Amino acid sequence: MMTTTTADPMVPVPYRIARVIREIDGVFTWHLKSLDGSAFRFRPGQFNMVYHFGVGEIPVSVSGDCRDLDTLVHTIREVGPVTNAMATLRPGDVVGIRGPFGRPWPIDEVTGFDLIFVTSTIGLAPLRPLIYEVLHRRSDFGKVVICYGTRGTDDIMFEADLHRWRARFDTVVHLTVHSAPSGYRGRVGGVASAIRTARVDWPSTQAFVCRSEALTRQAVDTLGGLGVTPDRVWVTLERNMQCGIGLCGHCQLGPTFMCKDGPVYRFDQIEPLYAVREF
Amino acid sequence: MVQITNLEEILSAHPFTAGMDHDALETIVGCCSNAVYHPGDYIFREGDPADDFYLIRQGVVALEIHVPQGQPIVVETLETGEIFGWSWLIPPYRWSNDARASEQVRLLKLDAACLRRKMESDRNLGYEIYKRFLPIMARRLANNRMRIVELALEPRPTHSRRKG
Amino acid sequence: MEGLERILGEHRLFTGLGPSFLTLASGCAKNVVFKAGDYLFRADDAADWIYLIRYGRVALEMALPGREAVQFETPGEGEIVGLTWLLPPYLWGYDARATELTRTIALDARCLRDKCDADHDLGFEILKRFLPVLEHGLQATWLQMLDVYGQPG
Repeated sequence: MMTTTTADPMVPVPYRIARVIREIDGVFTWHLKSLDGSAFRFRPGQFNMVYHFGVGEIPVSVSGDCRDLDTLVHTIREVGPVTNAMATLRPGDVVGIRGPFGRPWPIDEVTGFDLIFVTSTIGLAPLRPLIYEVLHRRSDFGKVVICYGTRGTDDIMFEADLHRWRARFDTVVHLTVHSAPSGYRGRVGGVASAIRTARVDWPSTQAFVCRSEALTRQAVDTLGGLGVTPDRVWVTLERNMQCGIGLCGHCQLGPTFMCKDGPVYRFDQIEPLYAVREF
Repeated sequence: MVQITNLEEILSAHPFTAGMDHDALETIVGCCSNAVYHPGDYIFREGDPADDFYLIRQGVVALEIHVPQGQPIVVETLETGEIFGWSWLIPPYRWSNDARASEQVRLLKLDAACLRRKMESDRNLGYEIYKRFLPIMARRLANNRMRIVELALEPRPTHSRRKG
Repeated sequence: MEGLERILGEHRLFTGLGPSFLTLASGCAKNVVFKAGDYLFRADDAADWIYLIRYGRVALEMALPGREAVQFETPGEGEIVGLTWLLPPYLWGYDARATELTRTIALDARCLRDKCDADHDLGFEILKRFLPVLEHGLQATWLQMLDVYGQPG
């Protein structure tokens, strides 16, 4: 499913960097504005192909609020030549955007359920638009719990958002770190133990997981043990996406194309494909 | 004796003793007392004699490990309904970590020497206590192993920009 | 059977266990040998055995989709694999693979649990011996988390 802001999905649209935010070490966020002032519409969970002209392009989930039509937000981690080069760009520089692509997170399908979000470190970025949207329509859902784990206090992303979410009486945030300096007052442990302390009605809970593939399995197992069956666990996968529209075959996962049929999947639907080693 | 009856009620309400029969509870309540700690207070320190076993009634406790250089590091926090302290059952009965209150903490303390004596002389009670204790520790060990795998797979903080 | 009892009594875990208890415990025991590369068990299997390593080495690892397994421990001679027998619902959370020829005494966990439930004196002595093993495991894994993967800034 694809909604495009341009006639040709293969041609990137120019966007100006309006703001660069240094997040945790090696991670930055761009606030982008279209050159012609047009709105960018997307649904939480979708991604764009982002172009640094002359250097290369990468798939990146949108990490902003889908109700803010004037600003396109992307959070990027420096992991290679393209992203390292992107990290040097400044406000005023122009990048190219193709998209949005991909299947978004379910929202209307999960009304009435308790919702639990499970993620760590930079995984909060692809989940943030979903959390924003859920909180815009808060009364459509039961309990909302965010389980967020990081290595240490230095890798906590979006602290302002976490603080705001925590301050709401209708949202619970379980933040854990793996270790912390003596005297730290917060919770220390793994994400799995954060999940177990969530007070939700497990048989009526939908879970949204954004972690590396290997740790997605771990989260699914922990949730399964608590009574959240795989048909109520939604995950986002991302691998080797290049064309974004199911043509180049690089992102193929069994019979599906992650760029088109994903990156968001209901876990029971990909479980049989999940264990396959050669992606 | 009003005090002890009260303690027995509180003790029986804690998840650790769930399902314990009345006789066993009555036996161990004699070793039991209340304790309160304020945020930042040390409940025990590494090397201290392991004189008590702790049940958390309310609050958060941080376990800290000493490392060769620098300050101690918090590696685990425990909450309402959990227990901590196992060195009291393992000779030479000395704490191997620090325990600190993260928030205001209300604890039930069970005097270790008292409990050990009762467990030795009543093996049924002893077995009962071990049977509750060991799965809790085994669960923590399993969690730690999962955390090691998580840490191996999470991206490490990049202190310098990666090239290539 | 007597040979097995003696071997069991010589393992670090059962030091000082009285002869009648040793006899009871060895009723749940058998010799098992693993060749290099053999799996002792795999994740999600029923945790029905405790392995006391007499000789050799075992790698404990988490198999993960799309990548190499992550090894987190490599117990050897005198050590124990199988603390999951204490943890309901008694399912392995990881794989265990012999990295060299490994001789073990395998204790049937259900057999041992039943005998401990039936005889609390035996149960007391057996469980008591596992406590230091767990404690050591906890301390070691905390240090592993810190030493290997970086201390907080």
